[in-house]
Amino acid sequence: MAHLSLATQVIQMLAGALLLISFAMLAERRSRRLLILLVWQGAVLVASTLLVASTAHLTHLFYSAALTLVLKVCVLPWILFRLMRKLGIERDNEPLVNLPTLMLVGLALVIFAFGLAQPVSALATTVLRDTLGIALAVILLSFLMILARRKAFTQVIGFLSLENGLFFAATSTTYGMPMVVELGMALDLLVAVFIFGIFFFHIREQFDSLDLDQLESLKED
Amino acid sequence: MNGIASTTALTASLGLIAAWLVLGALGLARPNSIRWVARTLFPVGALIALGVAGAGAVALTANFTAQTAVLPLGLPSLPFHVRLDALSGFFLLLLGSAGAGISIFAAGYFRAGEGTAPGMMGLQYHLFLASMALVILADDAYMFMVAWETMALSSYFLVVTQHRIPEIRRAGFLYLLMAHVGALGILLCFGVLQGGSWLMTFDAMRGAALAPAWASAAFVLALFGFGAKAGLVPLHVWLPEAHPAAPSPVSAMMSGLMLKVAVYGMLRVSWDLLHAGPWWWGLLTLGVGLGTAMYGAIFAAVQTDMKRLLAYSSIENLGLVFAGIGLALLCRSFDMRLLAALALAAALIHSFNHALFKSLLFLATGSVMHATGERSLGRLGGLIRYMPWVAALALVGSLAIAGLPPLNGFVSEWLLLQAFLQTPQIPHAFLNMIVPLGAAIVSLTAALAGYVMVKFYGVIFLGQPRERALEQAQPAGWLERAGLSWLALGCVLVGVFPQVALDVVGRITGQLVGATVQRGPAPWWMTPLASNQASYSGLWLWAGLVLVVAATFVLVRRLYHGRVRRTPAWDCGYRWQTPRMQDSAEGFGQPIRHLFGPVFRMQRELPSPSDAQPQYRVQIEEHFWHALYLPLSRFVQRTAERVTILQGGRLATYLLYSFLTLILLLVWVL
Repeated sequence: MAHLSLATQVIQMLAGALLLISFAMLAERRSRRLLILLVWQGAVLVASTLLVASTAHLTHLFYSAALTLVLKVCVLPWILFRLMRKLGIERDNEPLVNLPTLMLVGLALVIFAFGLAQPVSALATTVLRDTLGIALAVILLSFLMILARRKAFTQVIGFLSLENGLFFAATSTTYGMPMVVELGMALDLLVAVFIFGIFFFHIREQFDSLDLDQLESLKED
Repeated sequence: MNGIASTTALTASLGLIAAWLVLGALGLARPNSIRWVARTLFPVGALIALGVAGAGAVALTANFTAQTAVLPLGLPSLPFHVRLDALSGFFLLLLGSAGAGISIFAAGYFRAGEGTAPGMMGLQYHLFLASMALVILADDAYMFMVAWETMALSSYFLVVTQHRIPEIRRAGFLYLLMAHVGALGILLCFGVLQGGSWLMTFDAMRGAALAPAWASAAFVLALFGFGAKAGLVPLHVWLPEAHPAAPSPVSAMMSGLMLKVAVYGMLRVSWDLLHAGPWWWGLLTLGVGLGTAMYGAIFAAVQTDMKRLLAYSSIENLGLVFAGIGLALLCRSFDMRLLAALALAAALIHSFNHALFKSLLFLATGSVMHATGERSLGRLGGLIRYMPWVAALALVGSLAIAGLPPLNGFVSEWLLLQAFLQTPQIPHAFLNMIVPLGAAIVSLTAALAGYVMVKFYGVIFLGQPRERALEQAQPAGWLERAGLSWLALGCVLVGVFPQVALDVVGRITGQLVGATVQRGPAPWWMTPLASNQASYSGLWLWAGLVLVVAATFVLVRRLYHGRVRRTPAWDCGYRWQTPRMQDSAEGFGQPIRHLFGPVFRMQRELPSPSDAQPQYRVQIEEHFWHALYLPLSRFVQRTAERVTILQGGRLATYLLYSFLTLILLLVWVL
């Protein structure tokens, strides 16, 4: 019992770390540090999944933790890091809204997410049920981050962070998704990042910048 | 034993449909080879069509019971159901027998370098045939819609074969648009028909107990959806654009076969899936049908493009078919089964006949176009000398479509007329006075159709060639002639043995109405009402005609032989007659244009008397464009422009939309 409650406590601490990282990402201006934060977020996710797997004795969660480790902590950040180098966009990130406002909106979203999660976590039976609110908050904050940035590169990072939040929500409510779905999503992510990479080059070639405001000129009148 | 035979009929028809698809795919092996695709694969396709017709004929034998099967295709919990009964058997017979003639013709017709590569075209062509057969066999709404949309799409690609021409692309787009609007109607109709059970099989729909208002909604939606495909006024606008744009075998398939698939759908929904409804269903269908028939005939009379003329004639004929269906529905609502059976038999036989003679005429225009490169009636003429076979076979088709005995068109129009003449028996105070007037409209339409065909045949094949180049016209190849002959043979056989056709459709009316019209004493005698009234024998009439012609020939030879004097004809004292002085297509249609003036939207340019090079031009449009379709399209355009405000071009705004939607939905859940 004591062992279980210790594990739960650690998991809840990790969940708190996830939320903190999300806020940090929201506030971070430099692409390079943003990427590092994404790696940290992935690492925390792997750790919490491993803990859930060992407490609940679920083999398939070990696999998905391994998958997360390989994909979200190693492969994807590595690809993005190389892209960043090639495109030379290490620090250029002005949010559309000023940072204090963004933080306040983020706070409101977190409160909203917790309120939203209450009836759902009452139904869930897993050891992680209290963390659903955090998972939802991570999703909403990532969305906010995509919304508030003007560079395509940051938006991709926001997209990956959003996926992390979804994954966390799935583990915390139902002990993860079926393996088939998870594999499919992993593949989707990989392909998506490749496609984003190609698009980066095309956007830059067309507009000499990755600033998405330029895309406005594409509008048909 | 009968069970085995009928199961084989369903399995065989499915196998044949699959063979069509394989054939289409084989065409892609050598997509640019006319010899492989047209000369080798299309004749095989014609044989398969004969097989499909045979399978349909088995379903029309006396002791056949409906056979069903579930295919291992479709979505996991939504498999495809198929069913072969008398009604689908009849339409398979129609599809197969007319399709065989068209495929044989197409084998000789397609040439290299005409738009789409032959292999691609072969694929679309056979996909079109297969999807039509699948619509007819479908036994659940899901499969029906899949096959229906495949039919619309494959025919769209066939229409835009020569996609480099802007008018053809425009015609194709209009066709696609109307096809989708119609398909929406059908989809909604099925949505109503399932009656809250959410089962999409036709079996469930047959058993569903619908409230009268919902049943009426389903009926109106079906009439709209199938009417858009069948070309009922005012949903007909795509027809005169799409049929001339397509290559001739495709026009023949669309007009001869696809419009009949719409008739099949209408019959399936209104007679099989829906139970007897209020009388206004019948009156509505009847009114729309008769209006369409008149409208089509009037517009056909003033056309100057031979394929447009035939397209309007198709509108007219489908109007007659729907008038028959409407009359049958009307009689069913008053429980007059025998009369309903008679009207339904007329509609079915007319569908079959139209498939034969309209395909024949469209194919004949294809031969003429290949020989002369002309589609406009104003530049043709005198082709009977250069293309005797095509001229003779087109004559059979023209006589049949004009409703002259002893050919097939007469049989169905006669039955329809007889049905209308019986309508004073309807036990309703006003209907029994109004509906018989339909007989007058049917006769007027038949007369106008005759007029149209005199114009069509006379201007193309008779008289003097209007252009020098026509003298170089080459007769059609043997494959084309074989296809035309097959269809002409069908026209003659149905006309001479009308009772066989009545027997065949009797199985359907027995199944749907519970009554069949009276049997005639012999295959060549039909006595639909009583033996002393309205009976008709194609064979005796045929024999009489042959006898009179032979006797005249012999008499003339006996009495006048050797006494013929050849001199120039009296030329009204005018020595410089040229072929351009013949009656033209515009001239021939002028009385109709004058009589029905308000129906048309005309623009005329008349030359001044002192003009040295007089130019005469008349352009005829439909009121529907300006009164209905253009305002509608402007409205859609304006609405779309208002909605475009949402599309500001800023990515952040778009993201904000989805973010706010997400938040709102979550709040709503909370």
